[in-house]
Amino acid sequence: MSYQARDLAASRAQAPHTSMFLRMLVRAAVLRRGRAASALFAMVVAAAVATAMLNLYVDVQAKLQREFRNYGANIILVGKDGASLPVGTLAQVDSALAGRGIAAPFGLIVARTADGQPIVLAGVDFDRVKQLDRWWAVSAWPATENPHLSQNQGEAGHPVLVGVRALPLVSAKNQPFDLSFQGRTLHVTPAGTVQTGAAEDSRIYVSLADFISWTGVQPSTVEVAASGSSAEVVAVMNQLAQAIPAADVRPVRQIMEGEARVLGKTRATLLAAAALIILTAALCVLSTLLGWVFDRRRDFAIMKALGASERLLNGFFAAEAAALGATGAVIGFLFGIGIAAWIGRANFHAPVVPRLGVLPIVLAGSMAVTLISAILPISLLRRVQPAVILRGE
Amino acid sequence: MFVRLVYESFRRQKRRKILAGAAITLGVTVATAMIAVATDIGDKINHELKALGANLVVTPQEDSLDLEIGGVNLKPPTDGAFLSEADLPKIKGIFWHNNIVGFAPVLPVSAVIQHEGKPQDVTLTGTYFSKKVSYGNEDFITGAKTLYPWWKVSGAWPDDNSRDVLIGERLAARLNEKPGNTITISGRQSRIDGILSTGGAEDDEVIAPLSLAQEILGRPGALKRVYVSALTKPEDAFARRDPKSLSGVIYDRWYCTPYPQAIALQLTEAMSHSHAEQIRQVAQNEGAVLTRIEGLIFLITLAALFASGLAVSAAMATAIFERRAEVGLMKALGAGKFAVASVFFAEAALMALIGGAVGFGIGSALAHQIGHSIFNSQISISPVLLPVILAIAVIVTLAGSAMAIRRAVSLDPVFALRGEL
Repeated sequence: MSYQARDLAASRAQAPHTSMFLRMLVRAAVLRRGRAASALFAMVVAAAVATAMLNLYVDVQAKLQREFRNYGANIILVGKDGASLPVGTLAQVDSALAGRGIAAPFGLIVARTADGQPIVLAGVDFDRVKQLDRWWAVSAWPATENPHLSQNQGEAGHPVLVGVRALPLVSAKNQPFDLSFQGRTLHVTPAGTVQTGAAEDSRIYVSLADFISWTGVQPSTVEVAASGSSAEVVAVMNQLAQAIPAADVRPVRQIMEGEARVLGKTRATLLAAAALIILTAALCVLSTLLGWVFDRRRDFAIMKALGASERLLNGFFAAEAAALGATGAVIGFLFGIGIAAWIGRANFHAPVVPRLGVLPIVLAGSMAVTLISAILPISLLRRVQPAVILRGE
Repeated sequence: MFVRLVYESFRRQKRRKILAGAAITLGVTVATAMIAVATDIGDKINHELKALGANLVVTPQEDSLDLEIGGVNLKPPTDGAFLSEADLPKIKGIFWHNNIVGFAPVLPVSAVIQHEGKPQDVTLTGTYFSKKVSYGNEDFITGAKTLYPWWKVSGAWPDDNSRDVLIGERLAARLNEKPGNTITISGRQSRIDGILSTGGAEDDEVIAPLSLAQEILGRPGALKRVYVSALTKPEDAFARRDPKSLSGVIYDRWYCTPYPQAIALQLTEAMSHSHAEQIRQVAQNEGAVLTRIEGLIFLITLAALFASGLAVSAAMATAIFERRAEVGLMKALGAGKFAVASVFFAEAALMALIGGAVGFGIGSALAHQIGHSIFNSQISISPVLLPVILAIAVIVTLAGSAMAIRRAVSLDPVFALRGEL
């Protein structure tokens, strides 16, 4: 026989074979719509739950890290040996952060009130502090840099934020008052009060521009809240230490360690929950599919009686299972992303970003479960004579 | 006859019953474990959040202003008012004493260290390291060691009744001191037990037992501040109301809820001439983090309950579907739809009860294991949960079987017996 003739024979033998195989697959799904649909439904639910759990597991770290940034700074830059930081430090910090966090400068001096009481005066950028230290309970923030106001403050004085414990000492009934530092006097007006339960309550906060022009002192501390994982924060820290040699860069260990601890425990709990849920979902699929395949032992027997080979039968059921697994996984993946996004929105007020990397895992898992649940009953049935099954015994 | 039908069904169809029973057991196991974890997670995470330090501070009521810059208080230590050490045990006598995880008194004083013959000014902070405090007949160990888990000591923690001290790592590097060395602090000989690293202002200080600080200051029994770490409930609108404006029952409800404000008020009452306040950085944010994590676990528990409910339904549907021939036989013998259905429902309910009880046991053990391996503490499951779990198991199993049973009893017995569908 020539090669061409052999090819022709092969292709002829192949063509109806393949289409028959496909037709059997499709008909099997169409004819027993109810059973096929319930198997697919179970698969979709399982894949959706698995997708949602894996997506959440991957994303929860980022979400919780964002929550923890409300604790404020996790890195502190201070001038070495109590010196002021060089001019332009803040710009360097900002460029090192590149949007992955927020930095706020603090200048601190001890000023005197009109009756000679010492009091800590801090120069801050109110806009940045507002974002960095969200726990500050502030009655009213001073109006931020307004050129008209700063030229015309002879009467009103510079707006300041006064700590709740400092307020009764410096100003009754929110009257403007004077502060002095190295012989110079600053006329200020309380714009609001700040309460934190810590050192801030005993201080007076003035805008950084007023602080520098009045005292001539540059900020000595920059507090930085860098976002991201602990490795990213450490990277930012090293970068800052290199870029600004005049500063001592220190981690706020209290925040960083507490964060790591809570994150670790939460993720471990989530992992345990995810494992349990995915196991249950897989079992649900397994029991549904087992029933479905077992139910079709007559199809199996007829095929076998008509002379189908073991390989063909296995292939047929495996193909069916794989098709079901793949379809279910893709539909379930879409639903799962929806569930994860909804949970993110409901709980963290930010959607969970869909992770496409989850899809191959879910797909492989689904196929594995469906294949197991298809092959298992087949291998049990293989030993049984078709006649026995067909007789209904 | 009914009972015998059910009994024989269990006796003869062991494989099917075991399969369906296993599904129910697993479903209930997952549900029990998740419910137990979800109800306890708030408490557990709350404890973990204590790693962020104290959330309440007690200060003298009539204190002068702090002059704190960079964690160093520039105010002369003799300035202002003091609290009394004798009042400290009373912290464990407040209404929410079980929620107090720990507290540490603080007394900063100026001290002079002789270094190579030259005097050096340092801040010495007196505190409890790990001190036994007794209130009534209850003993309680508290201090910096429990309150500040991020404090790292190389060497040993000093004993509270000794004169040994910890020395901050930057100060130690400056003075070139090692654990075991003896230093002279304001004329008193002290041994350095360990080098302390905190990443904060303590790195430049000497940390000593409270009694040593009081001795240097010359004020026995005095202290400046108490840092308190308490388990609190996240603040809500009710918590922010002024207790003075509340009346009777509403005030009691406010007072008996572990809000930071309520515990602060109780601390103020416990210590004479004091003022307690929440440290907002810790207190406010722990509420937010706690709410988020609790919400997340709650939603996931819902997902777990849904998944396990579905698994049970699927298993039951499969189990019943396989028994069409049996239904056909019963119906051919003259059993009505109701009679057939009641047999199946009774079987399902019985299986739910058995599977539920077993699942509850395994689920409890699983929750226990999760608590142990993740949080290093017990997750307790209240026995009250058992009837609830059993009821849920029965309802879910019956609901899951209902569709399949309805389909099975509506089959024509002829087709069912011939095995055609």
